[in-house]
Amino acid sequence: MTVRVVDGGFLTTVQDLGRWGFQKDGVSVSGVMDAFASRIANFLVGNEGDEATLEITMVGPTLHFAIETIVAVCGGDFFCTLNEQPVSLWRPIRIHAGDVLKIGACRQGYRGYIAVAGGWQVPLVMNSRSTDRKAAIGGYNGRPLEKGDEFFLPDVVDLPSLNWGIPYWAQSYIKGKQKTVRVVEGPEYAMFTPESKEQFFSSMYEVTTSSDRMGYRLYGKKLETCNAREMVSEAVTFGTIQVPPSGQPIVLMADRQTTGGYPRIAQVVAVDLPTLAQARPGQYIQFQRTTWREAERLYVQREHDMRRWKMMIRNKWREARGAD
Amino acid sequence: MIFPLSEYALTVRFSDEMNEEVNDNAHQFARWLEKQSIKGIVEVVPTFSSVTIYYDPLVLGTYEQVRNQTKRWLEQMEETIQPKARTIVIPVCYGGEFGPDLPEVARYHGISEEEVVRLHAEARYKVYMIGFAPGFAYLGGLPLELATPRRATPRRVVPAGSVGIAGGQTGIYPLATPGGWQIIGRTPLSLFRPTHRQPSLLCAGDIVRFRPMTEKEYRMWKNDDGSCR
Repeated sequence: MTVRVVDGGFLTTVQDLGRWGFQKDGVSVSGVMDAFASRIANFLVGNEGDEATLEITMVGPTLHFAIETIVAVCGGDFFCTLNEQPVSLWRPIRIHAGDVLKIGACRQGYRGYIAVAGGWQVPLVMNSRSTDRKAAIGGYNGRPLEKGDEFFLPDVVDLPSLNWGIPYWAQSYIKGKQKTVRVVEGPEYAMFTPESKEQFFSSMYEVTTSSDRMGYRLYGKKLETCNAREMVSEAVTFGTIQVPPSGQPIVLMADRQTTGGYPRIAQVVAVDLPTLAQARPGQYIQFQRTTWREAERLYVQREHDMRRWKMMIRNKWREARGAD
Repeated sequence: MIFPLSEYALTVRFSDEMNEEVNDNAHQFARWLEKQSIKGIVEVVPTFSSVTIYYDPLVLGTYEQVRNQTKRWLEQMEETIQPKARTIVIPVCYGGEFGPDLPEVARYHGISEEEVVRLHAEARYKVYMIGFAPGFAYLGGLPLELATPRRATPRRVVPAGSVGIAGGQTGIYPLATPGGWQIIGRTPLSLFRPTHRQPSLLCAGDIVRFRPMTEKEYRMWKNDDGSCR
């Protein structure tokens, strides 16, 4: 049985937590931009968290379901209807055969994630279902979803009725036109002039329209290095902030290349990457300095929190089943 | 020098400079680490003069702990004998429709097309690193006599397998992409094989040699699966 794409939306791709293990082959990691929202969406439909979701951008797709299942939409504040009746985000949604889920414009934030029970089924390519548009591999034939595309998914029957969702406070990172993002000094931080170091933390940087899944190109006070030391390309990762000769920083995102040769002024702490992923062109980023020790503590804390969310949602499911 | 790249990655830089020996150290460490199959290591990425280790902090611990562990790994590796580098021969059909810029490269240097091919195919190249694109190898060892500036106007599409020269570098396009390199030939081999256990044909540290082939051989080869191992 199938789920048919009636409208692909602005940019909808299949993504999981990334194609790790092949960076030595020059293959980008890709994967979801906002791992928090994608994992929570998966938990809400009873998944483990690392299954593939549909990453939607700005305006979402319209999907026709010929199956019984359960879905959840998390992330940016998208206007969302089921058979033309508004439905809420951040909670499980029962789907009956014949239902049409339409995801409209995003009012706050930028990206959302549609999870389905069991995960979106596309072939694994190099151990991942993530779409890599540059290499044209993974996801749905290596490209964004288009009208007429079909997914084959199993029916998930015997579902209890549900009346619960993720509390409001956990979604607060989506909101705001100015976003504070914590960073740690990068490997080449010392190469920058004292004025540039100061400006990097004291001034705001605008997300420009040439930002995409590969990188966020920011615009603000020009950043300069003291000595133009020739750099040898080295590994870069999600959240690495490079400064090319233009002096305008680029934050590397999910579809980044594996290596880079520009000075790295800073590294975005992993737990703040979802905040950045939800910033849209025209919005402003304020970088705030922190330490590696703190970044590591936040990382471990976030993983413990994710385990708690998973347990809590599992219990909700158990209760709902018992009550039915 | 060891430094953190993120909460889940650290880089071991063998030197700020890049030379053959430093590059060898980086590849050897990366290969040795991979062979150990250490639980908690997600992947190992060698570059020109460094190795980045991606790890799971919930398994291997904090940066401090992983850094100390890395120092022990470096010591352990030194006690083991390193395997010799692999040599990979890449057949190339030079000139003609596959190498449209061969005449230009020859003219630029004031030598014959045959001489360009001879120089290019006689040299021994080393894969300094893989990066930029899936399966793209940064090769060292292009004879100085062949260094040629990029084309004034880049091509909208350069077919996969194209062998080109840009400045002092030579390389092979793994995927069809736009590009400004001087294209002197094409190989029937697939440099990037997504369904393969080892998707990139070339690995950091490999030795590469080019072997001229005729257009007829190229066409016959193209019917095979493109694998040369």
